[in-house]
Amino acid sequence: MLKHTAADAGLDQRSRDLRRTMVRILAAARRGHFASALSVVEILRVLYDDVLRYNAKDPEWTGRDRCILSKGHGCLALYVMLADKGFFPKAELWQFCRPESILGGHPEVKVPGVEASTGSLGHGLAIGIGMALAARIQRSDYRVFTIIGDGESNEGSIWEGAMCAAKHELSNLTVVVDYNKQQSYGPTSAVLNLEPLAAKWQSFGFAVAESDGHDVAALRRTFSHTPIVRGRPSCIICHTVKGRGIPLVESDPSWHHKSRVTDEEIHSLQEAVGSE
Amino acid sequence: MRQTCLDMVYELAKGDERIVFIGSDLGPGVLQNFKEEMPDRFFMEGICEANIVGMAAGLAMEGMIPYVNTIATFLSRRCYDQIAVDLCLHNVNVRLIGNGGGLVYAPLGPTHEAIEDIAILRALPNMTIVVPADAAEMRRFMPLTVGHEGPVYIRVAKGHDPIVTSDNLPFEIGRAVPIRNGADALLVTTGITLKIAQDAAEDLAREGIDCGILHVPTVKPLDCRAVLQHAAAVPVVVTVEEHSVTGGLGSAVAEVIAESGFDPGKQFKRIGIPDMFPDAYGTQADLLARFAITAEATCRWIRELRTVALPV
Repeated sequence: MLKHTAADAGLDQRSRDLRRTMVRILAAARRGHFASALSVVEILRVLYDDVLRYNAKDPEWTGRDRCILSKGHGCLALYVMLADKGFFPKAELWQFCRPESILGGHPEVKVPGVEASTGSLGHGLAIGIGMALAARIQRSDYRVFTIIGDGESNEGSIWEGAMCAAKHELSNLTVVVDYNKQQSYGPTSAVLNLEPLAAKWQSFGFAVAESDGHDVAALRRTFSHTPIVRGRPSCIICHTVKGRGIPLVESDPSWHHKSRVTDEEIHSLQEAVGSE
Repeated sequence: MRQTCLDMVYELAKGDERIVFIGSDLGPGVLQNFKEEMPDRFFMEGICEANIVGMAAGLAMEGMIPYVNTIATFLSRRCYDQIAVDLCLHNVNVRLIGNGGGLVYAPLGPTHEAIEDIAILRALPNMTIVVPADAAEMRRFMPLTVGHEGPVYIRVAKGHDPIVTSDNLPFEIGRAVPIRNGADALLVTTGITLKIAQDAAEDLAREGIDCGILHVPTVKPLDCRAVLQHAAAVPVVVTVEEHSVTGGLGSAVAEVIAESGFDPGKQFKRIGIPDMFPDAYGTQADLLARFAITAEATCRWIRELRTVALPV
């Protein structure tokens, strides 16, 4: 298996900066679903940098594209993106999981820019379908993106939603799968195999594209071609690496979620991302 | 009552473009008029309650008002997490119409009998639970669902239930309805048990026992003030519901009076389905009789409790 480091050619300065901010959050809060967040960084970065329509100063602007992080445990990456875009002050990041913070271990709608409170898996697709149907009824041209995890794809509700979205030919809906191939207990192939994943989504009626989920240029190209086929919902399967960018995290499944990150671990993470 | 409820959804939708209807896999021809006249707001989505409830939440987040309809057990048990998170946590304007609350589906067995729907939904913050007594009350109630803030669970009875409420009684969500006053005992009801209480009160009146009735169509939020006010005046309080005695109307009333300094000399009884799954088939009436949710059993309890209660 290929090993990457934060300094490798695959991650540019912006991706490294985003990870550095995530490590700073971890240093403050000492907890989080860190590895799950690292795998979705480039997906969120490309969506918020290049794809989504929004106004950070008016998060509820009706013309905005809706982006739901259905795998809510990846919220560290989302919070960093939203702060980066000015939805809320960066200082809020260092309050992660503190009693007075708006930023919890799973994202809630009280956070400016968060479309749906998620954390219980398998909910975001159905909510996204409702939003996409509302756009059709109200003749609005916003688009809906729902980012789901691979472990999350164990949930039956994902496949209920897949049938439903295809039935309604929701061109304005894109499902983005963060396919890092690891879930909490171990490899998805062992816990509950999803393969053939692309064929599954195709057979459910989606137009499917696949991309390297850390290759920013490839993600831009893929997202720029949605809907992939008019009259069908799109599914973009992003092949990612859980913990991507920090070798220590990539190689150790216990980083799926940690509630007591030690000084030593923080030091190692800071070294890996080049923090002071 | 069920037909009235769906007819009202159609009527309300004609006047309000925010209203959509979502069914699962209902009988052929259900709301055909809605489907034909407002096809973009009519959805029949198949047997996937989790998806349907989440989809309704998404529609509501965009300003629509979805009315979701299927069998009550599937609309409560099956998709509880979606109700909790998508509807209640987000506090969105989705209306759940649960067919066959209680023992309506007696011949179909315990998978279809909604004996704990009120209990489990009552535990969810932001949820409103309304159990009309008859079609007339449903008709008065439904227009209020359009403007109500937050999710609403509408528990629907069998249909063709006797009309026992009066149009002189305006419906207000969250407000209990005093049906009759009585100095000797108070019966507290929700849904079709109002009729049982009325029959019991009339029988008892012939014996000289003066029994009041407080009808509670809104189980949540409970009209605590009305419950306490009416309970304070009598030595015996009995709740009657077509629901498990665990967590339903009886529990809600018990919670309120237990925390109110309820006179220990008073007697309190919950009439309802015991803590078990229904173990027989037959009709709704058969099962109500089996679980002693009848006017006769209610009279027996009142008579017995009066003998041990101390005067107010």
